[in-house]
Amino acid sequence: MLKALRTIAGIGIVSEPAPEPDETLRLREVLQAEILASLGRALCIRQVDAGSCNGCELEIHALNNPIYNIEGLGIRFVASPRHADLLLVTGPVSWHMAVALRRTYDATPDPKLVVAVGDCGCTGGIFGAGYATAGPVSAVIPVDVAVPGCPPSPERLLQAILTAISPAVRGAQAAER
Amino acid sequence: MALQRRWEKAAALAGRRAGGLLHVGPAEWVDAAADVAASGGQLLALWGTLYPESVPAAAVRAALFVDGGLLVLELAVADPAQPYRGLHEVFPAAARMQRAVTDLTGIRSDAADQRPWLRHAAWRADEWPLAAPTAVPRVAVPAADDYPFVRVAGDGVHEVPVGPVHAGIIEPGHFRLSIVGEKVLRLEQRLGYAHKGIERRFTELPILEGHRLAARICGDSAVAFAWAYCQALEGLCGATAPPRAVWLRGVYLEIERLQNHLGDLGALGNDAGFAFGLSQFSRLKEELLRSVQQVFGQRYLLDAVVPGGVAADADDEAAGLLAARLGQLAAAVRALRAIYDDHAGVRDRFAGAGTVLPELARRLGLTGLAGRASGQPADLRIDSSWPPYHVLTPKRCLRRDGDVAARVAVRFDEVEESCRLARALLSELPGGALRAPLAAPDPGPPAVGVIEGWRGPVLVALESRERGRIHRCHAHDPSWQNWPVLEHAVIGNIVPDFPLINKSFNLAYSGHDL
Repeated sequence: MLKALRTIAGIGIVSEPAPEPDETLRLREVLQAEILASLGRALCIRQVDAGSCNGCELEIHALNNPIYNIEGLGIRFVASPRHADLLLVTGPVSWHMAVALRRTYDATPDPKLVVAVGDCGCTGGIFGAGYATAGPVSAVIPVDVAVPGCPPSPERLLQAILTAISPAVRGAQAAER
Repeated sequence: MALQRRWEKAAALAGRRAGGLLHVGPAEWVDAAADVAASGGQLLALWGTLYPESVPAAAVRAALFVDGGLLVLELAVADPAQPYRGLHEVFPAAARMQRAVTDLTGIRSDAADQRPWLRHAAWRADEWPLAAPTAVPRVAVPAADDYPFVRVAGDGVHEVPVGPVHAGIIEPGHFRLSIVGEKVLRLEQRLGYAHKGIERRFTELPILEGHRLAARICGDSAVAFAWAYCQALEGLCGATAPPRAVWLRGVYLEIERLQNHLGDLGALGNDAGFAFGLSQFSRLKEELLRSVQQVFGQRYLLDAVVPGGVAADADDEAAGLLAARLGQLAAAVRALRAIYDDHAGVRDRFAGAGTVLPELARRLGLTGLAGRASGQPADLRIDSSWPPYHVLTPKRCLRRDGDVAARVAVRFDEVEESCRLARALLSELPGGALRAPLAAPDPGPPAVGVIEGWRGPVLVALESRERGRIHRCHAHDPSWQNWPVLEHAVIGNIVPDFPLINKSFNLAYSGHDL
């Protein structure tokens, strides 16, 4: 145990500051005021793999490492959609997962947010839509923020989550893109 | 000896070291498989291919690994509706592969269990995704289907259903645990939730671009699958990648092994109630990912292996830097290993959990990392010794206890060894081109690529019947062999140990579901 404590003390705090939200990732602005009023910055996330290759999951896992330290921002992953404020969904959505994804969405209490992750979550990616896949997450449930990448870096993921829970910036900044 | 004759015949037919293709009749098909099993060989993969408007109309192929070489048996199927003799009695792992063949092609085996495996409700029993000329785009979400799980009855027995949406950041799959009190009587898995129609998608891609999809069959094994695809493609073209590319592919593959092992070692500590392990290993993993990004421009090497070579180079300075980092990583992991070994609570959770003894492992065909933790020595990097491993003499990391502790120990040993191998490759990177020019191959029989990925042997069989196009690309993850063994590993264990045991195998869902 002493060795473990020495290791902890020796390494110190490695967490890095969080990135700023990125308005270009936002798809829609609903419920914002209501959600922010009830959540502040404390957020519970239910991650749903709706058919991904697991590349996105590897980077989502990284959010929990001490360097991105997502819990330090008041955000944590929870085991049930009933405890969640936000669904973090990877795709492409396979037809075999479509029912489970829809039920997970329905089981998440209102008001709720959805972040679609990765090229496949955003568009269906290299898999597209076909006999086995519905394509993007938005084909099955409403999506608020979508972050592309194959896989998106933990920093981009964090940006997308922070965008979802920050007030929408309208006007000039949104028009710039 | 019969096997020897088959080998000679195979060699005469194919004339290639990797992947002699042997045509067999219905009787020889099972006999040859039994021969291979009797001499200690294993089934690597089994898949079906349809040849519309040809005679015969279909074929079933089985890739077998024996005596350090690969033998592919091909059974012509005149009428897919007439059952062929399955290999499930010789190799139990064939059972699910045969069910998947039926789901995708309609070719039926004579096995008793004819339940669908990859097919849920997305298509009908009389529709075969690899046969239909066009996909039918769907607008409504298909309903959930009713899968006939095997029921366990008796006083006090009840069922715990888990998934497909799991409680952590995990891929989708369903586990049906039949338990009495805290003890698991039976586990039945149901997979196929992540089925994305990958093998059908391959047929829509140009053959020279299929490696991008291959890398996305299973994200954590991107290098292994992309390399296996390129190996098969280069086999079809009669081309070889230049030495520098081959050395770099070896570096990528060992980095992929390290990334996964570091993730798993942390998660296993966490599942045993030692959060310190997760923090430390996930920190080391992040540092490795950043070094890889710095050197190769990608954190995960999804687009590094390309047909004819590689797309991510390392100059001398970058190679030196990465080698130095790997040296530091090995030292840091040795220190953490001492902490895991000293921790009574961790030792107690690991030892004796999810045991698969060597005899059961051999009979069921447990392969790869989990196999080596249960006394099954196969490691293609050593047994088949394809370049660049032929110059490296990798160390075989073998345990016989077959429990979680053994699978953890194999990972620790392999981290040490992968650091050594990658450093050795980086210190002697040959000069020259990164890529050999490659033209689309002539139509002809399939070629097979096999790579020892971090989980075990990954196989890609590639076939072209029209220049530039893919007729059939079958991708096989070692999880096909190991998932059924997990059902045995949990018997008699307590329910709270299931996540730990499951994690110690860490099998693929997407790579399996295709």
